Amino acid sequence: MANNNKLKRADIIFSTYSVDPYDVLDMAMKKGKTDVINELIESGLRGRGGAGFPTGLKWKFMAQENNEEKYIICNADEGEPGTFKDRKLLVDVPRKVISGMAIAGWATNSKKGIIYLRAEYNNLIPALEKEIEVFNKYASKFDLDFSVNIYSGAGAYVCGEETALIESMEGKRGEPRNKPPFPIQSGYLGKPTLVNNVETFAAASMVCRYGAKKYESYGTSDQHGSKLFSLSGDSPKEGVHELELGMKISDFVEEYGDGDTKAVQIGGVAGFCIPRKEFDQTIIGEGNTTGGATMIFNSTRSMYNVIHNYLDFFAEESCGQCTPCRVGTQQLLKGVEAVKAGNKPESYLDDLVKLSKTMKLTSKCGLGQSVTNSFSSIVKNFREEMIY
Amino acid sequence: MSKINLIIDGQSIEVEKGITIMDAAKKINVNIPTLCHHEDLCVAGNCRVCVVEVKNHERLEASCAVPAEDGMEILTNTAKVRNARKDIVSLLVSEHNTQCTTCYRNTNCELQDLAAEYNVDGDRYLSVLKPNIKVDKSSWAIEKDDSKCVRCQRCVRTCAELQHVNALTVSHKGDEMKISTFADLPFNEVVCTNCGQCVNRCPTGALTERRYFDDVWEAIGDPDKHVVMNTAPSVRVALGEMFGNEVGTRVTGKMVTAMRKMGADSVLDTDFAADLTIIEEGNELLTRLKGALVDGDTSIKLPMITSCSPGWVKFIEHMFPNYLDHLSTCKSPQQMFGAMTKTYYAEKKGVDPKDIVSVAVMPCAAKKYEANRPEMNSSGYRDIDAGLTTREFGLMIKQAGLDFNNLEDSEFDSIMGQSTGAGIIFGATGGVMEAALRTAYAVVTGRSVPFENLNITAVRGTEGIRAASIKIEDTLPEWSFLEGVDLNVAVAHGLKNARVIMDEVAAGTSTYHFIEVMGCPGGCIGGGGQPIPTNAEIRAKRTKAIYEEDMSKPIRMSHENPEITQIYEEFLEKPLGHKSHDLLHTSYRKRNRY
Ligand SMILES: Cc1cc2nc3c(=O)[nH]c(=O)nc-3n(C[C@H](O)[C@H](O)[C@H](O)COP(=O)(O)O)c2cc1C
Ligand code: SF4
Ligand code: SF4
Ligand code: SF4
Ligand code: SF4
Ligand code: FES
Repeated sequence: MANNNKLKRADIIFSTYSVDPYDVLDMAMKKGKTDVINELIESGLRGRGGAGFPTGLKWKFMAQENNEEKYIICNADEGEPGTFKDRKLLVDVPRKVISGMAIAGWATNSKKGIIYLRAEYNNLIPALEKEIEVFNKYASKFDLDFSVNIYSGAGAYVCGEETALIESMEGKRGEPRNKPPFPIQSGYLGKPTLVNNVETFAAASMVCRYGAKKYESYGTSDQHGSKLFSLSGDSPKEGVHELELGMKISDFVEEYGDGDTKAVQIGGVAGFCIPRKEFDQTIIGEGNTTGGATMIFNSTRSMYNVIHNYLDFFAEESCGQCTPCRVGTQQLLKGVEAVKAGNKPESYLDDLVKLSKTMKLTSKCGLGQSVTNSFSSIVKNFREEMIY
Repeated sequence: MSKINLIIDGQSIEVEKGITIMDAAKKINVNIPTLCHHEDLCVAGNCRVCVVEVKNHERLEASCAVPAEDGMEILTNTAKVRNARKDIVSLLVSEHNTQCTTCYRNTNCELQDLAAEYNVDGDRYLSVLKPNIKVDKSSWAIEKDDSKCVRCQRCVRTCAELQHVNALTVSHKGDEMKISTFADLPFNEVVCTNCGQCVNRCPTGALTERRYFDDVWEAIGDPDKHVVMNTAPSVRVALGEMFGNEVGTRVTGKMVTAMRKMGADSVLDTDFAADLTIIEEGNELLTRLKGALVDGDTSIKLPMITSCSPGWVKFIEHMFPNYLDHLSTCKSPQQMFGAMTKTYYAEKKGVDPKDIVSVAVMPCAAKKYEANRPEMNSSGYRDIDAGLTTREFGLMIKQAGLDFNNLEDSEFDSIMGQSTGAGIIFGATGGVMEAALRTAYAVVTGRSVPFENLNITAVRGTEGIRAASIKIEDTLPEWSFLEGVDLNVAVAHGLKNARVIMDEVAAGTSTYHFIEVMGCPGGCIGGGGQPIPTNAEIRAKRTKAIYEEDMSKPIRMSHENPEITQIYEEFLEKPLGHKSHDLLHTSYRKRNRY
């Protein structure tokens, strides 16, 4: 079934389903909590928020936390430039998302669900609230003690980081926390908190719908299921695409590029920039992040401008609390400018790459830690463009 | 506490579960550099200079924030760690206005120490210092220079956690992120109490006290001026630290000599005014008790709360403006001292008060503010012309070229130079209460307080709030209305605890008659103007020295101070008399809350 090398469009998450997702919830509840969690583990589903943590395992840890008050948070902050897949999910298939949350709540004995919604998506609230009302009816029918509320976000990119998100929900400044403790141990209001991406919940619901075996059969042997890609850049087919995992970048580019693709940014600004000569790898290969934004660049693009934009973004969106990220992002930005202007020697790029590695080693959260991904890959592969 | 085992730099150790990697390392004498960490405050983990390698962890870990775990293998001194730390310090320097030679914190700066330790190359990175940063000098007490800020947020945590004032916050993000007041208003327009606790914890020269020592030198150099210096009790137990003495060394005699050698015309003791405060405040308390308990006068507010800590006074003015009637109307010892200097002292010495410059050396930043409060001039002259911190004073001693540690001891001048042990203990939390009880009990019963050596240990200690109750028995006839009364008292230090006490007062649930509040943790010995660093261990040692100084005094109750008897006979006539009212008492004002 799985097609290892060729691109395969999937129709799972957006499928027009014959089974109501709330019946999926019912089905799950008839199976038993451990079974559902094990099924999720088996399915190999990884978080779609960027870090790619195995979802089943996260739920298992959450289930092990003994506490009357536990929270399920759906991360709908989607602050990354070029991503709009979570928005599409909330508009097109909110029921799948909410059923995923409810299954998580039931399976981990958590009674409160919260959707942390990016402020820019506030116009979705009325429709979501209607959907929540529908859910509430089912919940009482199934005798399920689980509520869903919407929290309108603070508006900064870093607030999508799960601990900053929690801080902001607590009315504080959106700054990432020290880990440990992880949210599962001590999250919202100090209580065990499970944070998953919008897509992760929808996918979890689909795993319950189809079973791990079926879900696993999509994609390749080590990359299972389907995933949404928010495609932007030099592509005639910008938009959200659901694809089976495991395809090669070359196939992806063939399908979606404009015939003149020189690089693809995978995993959003926090991900890697893959040059044409490396298109042979699979799209979520070694170390590639699972974030949704995918950008295609053709030969007219200045990669200097691309990295300059990214660095501008990071320098502005860093929460500013930790030294390596706050100052490091500024140094990288000023540094590439200085090299370009001839005020620093070419070799300064190597110093900057080293600095970005220090940022990865020492930054407090994923933002500062991931700058090196795009920075090193662009400097390495497009060095001339950085200089001339 | 369960124990865990781990290996640090090849050495196995057993530690209690829950401590950080940094604290575990300390136990085997491995020092890890820090910047945002301060033991009085919650963990921040934002500077990242304390990173270490943990086996099987992909990234380095901030050792101040990460708990040690069983089986961890930690390396604190690898090339990876050293390079990362050096990089981080280099980054801090690259956004810093590195002007050490002209910086008030030169030679006592944690960023400077780190830069030296890692031999940072200033040219490694481009300067990303923001241009046109203006130093906020609007306050009489605190200066803020964002160009020297390392964004460690110690100040923010201090103001929020220890002081519950929240005058400082982090604003903006990314490269614009900085420490701000509410709406970035000037310091003198916000809720800041001037306690200086943030200054004391700032690792760099970003927050400093406003300096007045040049004005003092100028007065000393002016032959027409008569400079009167007075020093608070807690200065003498901390000043020595600035000259390499062990923490807790008492340097009273050398301090007096230093002032004299610097050229002060008169070297007097604020403790004298502390004794005076006890007489006035003690009588105020007894009058209030009579009014409330006997006459049933409902306009009289109990509990009465002390007013000698100007940071606390400004706090209550901002936070509990409807409860100002609870404050004692007594000025603080500093201001009483100033008022007496410009009147009684001037008269006795035959000096024109307009020529007197009164200088107060204080452990405090808020005292600078207090000295400048417009109403503090009831004699027609400013009570206090300049308030200095212990730190400024230490610097002046250095500027004067005095070999402090080898100075001979000498005695305060007279008049207003004599004090009792009761005046001394004003320097530690609980001290005002103890001093007041020693005198009030004696006045009411004709006997000393029923405690060994007059030491009222119930009100001493480090607990944030301490309560005690003293039964008054066998009173003298004129105080018979207090017969059998349990006098309920409480002590709070640090404004966080003051808020707890005040919430009770505001809720009407407070059962106390008399409360002592000190704005700073530990009282004045932990004041914002004290030598840096100040922490729990240092506060404990200074406190111990205060009580030793008390025990060393022949007289230990304020009302037995012969100079106090004399000042009432010759000048003030009686406690709470009209001269006292004019010169020694004050009023308060309501303030906004931002
Ligand atoms: C700077 C930053 C921004 C992030 N933004 C988002 C976001 O918008 N949405 C999201 O789901 N996860 C985001 N994350 C990842 C979350 O921290 C967290 O890992 C994720 O929500 C977990 O869900 P998952 O396991 O389903 O991926 C962000 C992480 C970082 C470091
Ligand atoms: S890495 Fe950046 S965004 Fe994350 S905590 Fe540090 S400064 Fe904030
Ligand atoms: S704050 Fe420290 S490093 Fe900065 S100028 Fe002052 S002494 Fe130098
Ligand atoms: S002086 Fe005191 S009140 Fe003012 S900002 Fe500093 S800590 Fe807060
Ligand atoms: S002002 Fe001082 S204490 Fe506050 S963040 Fe800056 S350097 Fe740290
Ligand atoms: S001292 Fe550990 S991060 Fe600052």
